[in-house]
Amino acid sequence: MSTLTPDAPQAERATRTYPSYSRNLLARLLLNREAAVILALVVVFVYAMGNVQYFDGPLTIYNLLKEYAPILLMALPMTLIIVTGEIDLSVASTLGASAAITGVLVVEHDLSVPTAALVAIAAGAALGALNGFFVAYVGLPSLAVTIGSLALYRGLAQGLIQDKRISGFPGDWRSWPTERIGDTQYPNIIIPIVVLAVVFGLLLHFTGFGRSIFEIGLSDEAAHFAGVNVARTKLILFTLSGAVAAFAGVYVALKANSVATDTGTGFELKVIAGVLLGGVSIFGGRGALHGVIAGVLLIAVLNSALQLDGQGSEVIQIIIGLLLVGSVIASNFLPRIRALLPRRAVADAATPKTPVNGDHTRKVAQ
Amino acid sequence: MSTSTLAPSRQSPAARAVHTLLHSRELAIVIVLALLILVATARRNSFVLSADGWRDTLLAPSILLLLAVGQMVVVVTRNVDLSVGSTLGITAYVTGKIFVANPDTSVIVVFLAGLAVGAAIGAVNGLLVALFKVPALVITLGTMYVLRGALTHEVGSKRMNAQDYPAHFERLGTQQVLTIPVLTIIALVVVAAVGYYLHTARGGRELYAIGSDPDAADLYGLPATRRVFGAFVLCGALAGLAGVFSAARYATAFSGTGSGIELQAVAAVVIGGVAIFGGSGTVWGAAIGAFLLVTINRALPILGISEFWQGAVVGALIIGSIVLDRVLSIRRTHQLVEARDHA
Repeated sequence: MSTLTPDAPQAERATRTYPSYSRNLLARLLLNREAAVILALVVVFVYAMGNVQYFDGPLTIYNLLKEYAPILLMALPMTLIIVTGEIDLSVASTLGASAAITGVLVVEHDLSVPTAALVAIAAGAALGALNGFFVAYVGLPSLAVTIGSLALYRGLAQGLIQDKRISGFPGDWRSWPTERIGDTQYPNIIIPIVVLAVVFGLLLHFTGFGRSIFEIGLSDEAAHFAGVNVARTKLILFTLSGAVAAFAGVYVALKANSVATDTGTGFELKVIAGVLLGGVSIFGGRGALHGVIAGVLLIAVLNSALQLDGQGSEVIQIIIGLLLVGSVIASNFLPRIRALLPRRAVADAATPKTPVNGDHTRKVAQ
Repeated sequence: MSTSTLAPSRQSPAARAVHTLLHSRELAIVIVLALLILVATARRNSFVLSADGWRDTLLAPSILLLLAVGQMVVVVTRNVDLSVGSTLGITAYVTGKIFVANPDTSVIVVFLAGLAVGAAIGAVNGLLVALFKVPALVITLGTMYVLRGALTHEVGSKRMNAQDYPAHFERLGTQQVLTIPVLTIIALVVVAAVGYYLHTARGGRELYAIGSDPDAADLYGLPATRRVFGAFVLCGALAGLAGVFSAARYATAFSGTGSGIELQAVAAVVIGGVAIFGGSGTVWGAAIGAFLLVTINRALPILGISEFWQGAVVGALIIGSIVLDRVLSIRRTHQLVEARDHA
């Protein structure tokens, strides 16, 4: 990637994406939203290891990753979409539709699992592209469009499956995603997750395309006048979101070895909760992929630890909710706390405050 | 020419009212709803013309009607409330609790309790959103989880059943006055009251102003914090009332009561032509949207569309109505530009 991003733009990006580089390293690391989430993740994990019975057992990590793999997958493109200031509420329905397609093709039409998966992912990409078309080219608000497609795509899954119960996937592919890598605690599904996380991470943070995503999030119009093809960028992101959600749908179908019309219902809110917990601003223009991954994992670890501790799923629901509310309110106060801390005089002088930098800080502060 | 736009209209008030009606966004949905009911009735007379059909046509949308009205008031201020489903569940359960403690409790007291519990939840949402200036989508997603979790924690796998609700309360669910269900009458009174307030009262107009440009409203000195807070309290209170309705109609409440209905409420608002980014739309629109959503679910099987495709039809309807909204608003903009150019 280094050949694509020479030094000069990199320095420019540094001042644009992160508001306060005029602080010492410690303050910068600690007063950063992503760092706070990662720290919380580590604290909860270490605490659970020491205090929750069976949490350090051999199945914990495996089960946790298996269960949260679809959320983690869908959170990756969702991060990019929310950074542009849009939202995709239809991901869980796309997941359900692709699971239904996979089920019908494999069980009723005897297609091989890889072929059916490819068809399902292509269909998911098409559903995502339809969202993207309405948002980017017709100019409709994504919240409204994807509430509609949430109902529409779930309806497609229902129409496809009707009242049948589809189960019994044949062959090796069925168990592949949930098998472990060697003797580790990691299921195979972690391989595509890591690959996609790296791809989306590079895309968001190390390419011109990624910079244009942040620019769109700060201002659609400004990005347009700066030469960013706003509509095409949004279309691409929604298409990717649909494709990844469809891949997650194939995984869920294979994992459960059955498909129902309510497969993945409510996942969209879990995905969005993870993304927002990971420090992505719902207004767009701010966020980082590593924060989101930590956010989803934090929910997953909490869930697993509380379950092993004998708590019901409602407790985790309450905690996710409180975390979400608390984190938005806290991040609202973070810039004010930051402003109270002393700045490093030398760095202040060394880093000229560009107007873009100042603007961005103000936008985040709101 | 330029003075003519400032002069009072030469049309009579009646002609102007007809003109407004014919050009209103709501008319399109009313026509769709009327056509739907007509065709379904033509296919099967009992859809509306039987006693049960008539009652169901009016009664079935009453719960969503309340939620849609409350949601509309919040959406006008450029916010959204995703916690209404959880609020509905909680008040439906609280209603049962009250009756278990004292079966002779008056219905009025239960209604007031539902309104109060809902208003309290709305106040928490409103406080968090208005005071901390944080996005409502995130806050109410959070409170939705917290409230649903709290309800599940309290109720567990138990449920309130028909025997927990006294007969006089259950009768309320189907009681009719002049063949019109009581619950529907109450819901329509709420629609009319809120609609009148938004249309005429200063506070109501300010909600539109805040939604269409929050910064401008702030600069102008409108009490935005107080108004947004008020909108959330109203939305919560109506969700609470909807919970009592739900208990009266179904005589049951469990940990999942009302889960998922928040998206239906938002969908009703969207279908009703209320702009999701605030500042425009009417309560009547939201109410008709709710009517259409509920009626379509009843009508599709009669129209020969398998019930399995209902969800898809509803989704297509939502997308279709926002596309229509967009087309109409573009046309309006063109007309305004033309009028200006000719002036």
